Amino acid sequence: MAIFLTENSKVIVQGMTGSEGMKHTTRMLASGTKIVGGVNPRKAGTTVDFPDGTAVPVFGTVKEAMDATGADVSVLFVPPAFTKAAVIEAIDAGIGLAVVITEGVAVKDTAEFYNYSLGKNTRIIGPNCPGLISPGKSNAGIIPANIAGAGRIGLVSKSGTLTYQMMYELRDFGFSTGVGIGGDPIIGTTHIDCLAAFENDPETDAIVMIGEIGGDAEERAAAYIKDNVTKPVVGYVAGFTAPEGKTMGHAGAIVSGSSGTAAAKKEALEAAGVKVGKTPSEAAALMREIMQELVQEQTDPI
Amino acid sequence: MDIETLAVERPEALARIAVDPNVGIDTAKAQEIVDAAGFDAETGAKIVPVLEKLWVVYRDEDATLVEVNPLVKTEDGEIVALDGKVSLDANADFRQPHHAGLEDKAAADPLEAAAKAKDLNYVKLDGNVGIIGNGAGLVMSTLDVVAYAGDELGSKPANFLDIGGGASAEVMTNGLHIILGDEQVKSVFVNVFGGITSCDAVANGIVGALQALGDEATKPLVVRLDGNNVEEGRRILADFNHPLVTIEETMDGAAQKAAELAASAN
Repeated sequence: MAIFLTENSKVIVQGMTGSEGMKHTTRMLASGTKIVGGVNPRKAGTTVDFPDGTAVPVFGTVKEAMDATGADVSVLFVPPAFTKAAVIEAIDAGIGLAVVITEGVAVKDTAEFYNYSLGKNTRIIGPNCPGLISPGKSNAGIIPANIAGAGRIGLVSKSGTLTYQMMYELRDFGFSTGVGIGGDPIIGTTHIDCLAAFENDPETDAIVMIGEIGGDAEERAAAYIKDNVTKPVVGYVAGFTAPEGKTMGHAGAIVSGSSGTAAAKKEALEAAGVKVGKTPSEAAALMREIMQELVQEQTDPI
Repeated sequence: MDIETLAVERPEALARIAVDPNVGIDTAKAQEIVDAAGFDAETGAKIVPVLEKLWVVYRDEDATLVEVNPLVKTEDGEIVALDGKVSLDANADFRQPHHAGLEDKAAADPLEAAAKAKDLNYVKLDGNVGIIGNGAGLVMSTLDVVAYAGDELGSKPANFLDIGGGASAEVMTNGLHIILGDEQVKSVFVNVFGGITSCDAVANGIVGALQALGDEATKPLVVRLDGNNVEEGRRILADFNHPLVTIEETMDGAAQKAAELAASAN
């Protein structure tokens, strides 16, 4: 089953004809994603031929693309100044999932388009995220498809390359879905949204969540896990060494005052029964133990 | 008023009112805030326009924080902002050209200022192991791993530096130049997981950077590459065979090595 993105997902790419869009559509096609269209108002009616032989039609609007192809997912490679308009277009067209890869979107714009999406049909993932991958099924974004294969671990992470590191450490087990939710201060899909979906996914047995300093998403996730998640969760939090008051790379990764520190997040997660590793390899080792126990339980039923 | 402490110690003394970003603080919302704060009618009526104006600043300047602390009532009953703090969203610079002129450049650390001028995502810390990595989360994680490895050796991360997808020799040269400009740095750990960026491109970047820096490259470099095209990347560095470069296969192993090299340097 996986979460949010399955082998049946039909994906359009907003900004497909730009250089980032072209590069990553090529890669998505290579990893088996069903790319059914691109969106660019200035190139409507044209077709782009990709190296793997796929010819992808370009539409003028998201609505036209959806009407013609039945697309249910859009991946956005649109520059920051135009991202809000592009997301609102996708929301107005009623698409089920909009994956916003763009980094550098003004936080006011994100607040506005996220708020606009409430109560409507569109789930937003991102902005400033690598997207999501259900290995062997589909890949919507820029996560490399060759790091790990399909398996039964669910992964949710704020980070990009740190996510790849964790996937690499657990490549011997594989993943149902890996979701990069992004590092901005306001994001469309949270750890909690993914935890809830993984809890309900029959193809996921255990969950890894990666967090970092800034905000209280991990603390809120801990409270949610305590009351709602029965599957084992392993956590990893980056940024124990981060000094206060300095933004470390991600717009959302800033420690201010007493909340938002890595230590506070680790404590909150452990209080909710989550095992937390101090390093990526330690977190992977904790998950490895859990998966080995689960396999054991399945082979030696009592 | 120490608002952060108050929020923790006496949360009931804090009124938190949600504001719809697409509506903002109009008169009705300002009144709601004033009522929640418990002001008397006369004072409240003077504060409503203040709140509306603060919203306009917040919205029009792409601020992430607009704080007036304290807002006081004088003996004459006037409402005055005695101090203010505004944080601005750097992502909005493209539409806020006047923000650049507001920056207090003198207050910036010289290394950070130099890095910013070269578009490098660099934060100076207090330590002896320079760090370069690709991706903010991975770099933060690298700082932590080096801190743990260096704990008993007395080694600490010297900086945060995220080169993103920048495998080019130019970006690597600029990054190493900034880090080596920090006198505290005794070793450098380059930690890259090639996702889209390929390890051979990164390796060539490191080779190019070391050639460009020449005599300036005086500190040992520990390099950990993994991911896309890693074998080719490691081969390029092995063939280059620079005396100061050590290749390590794992992130933990490399952090340990970098911490040891820093600790044993004079």
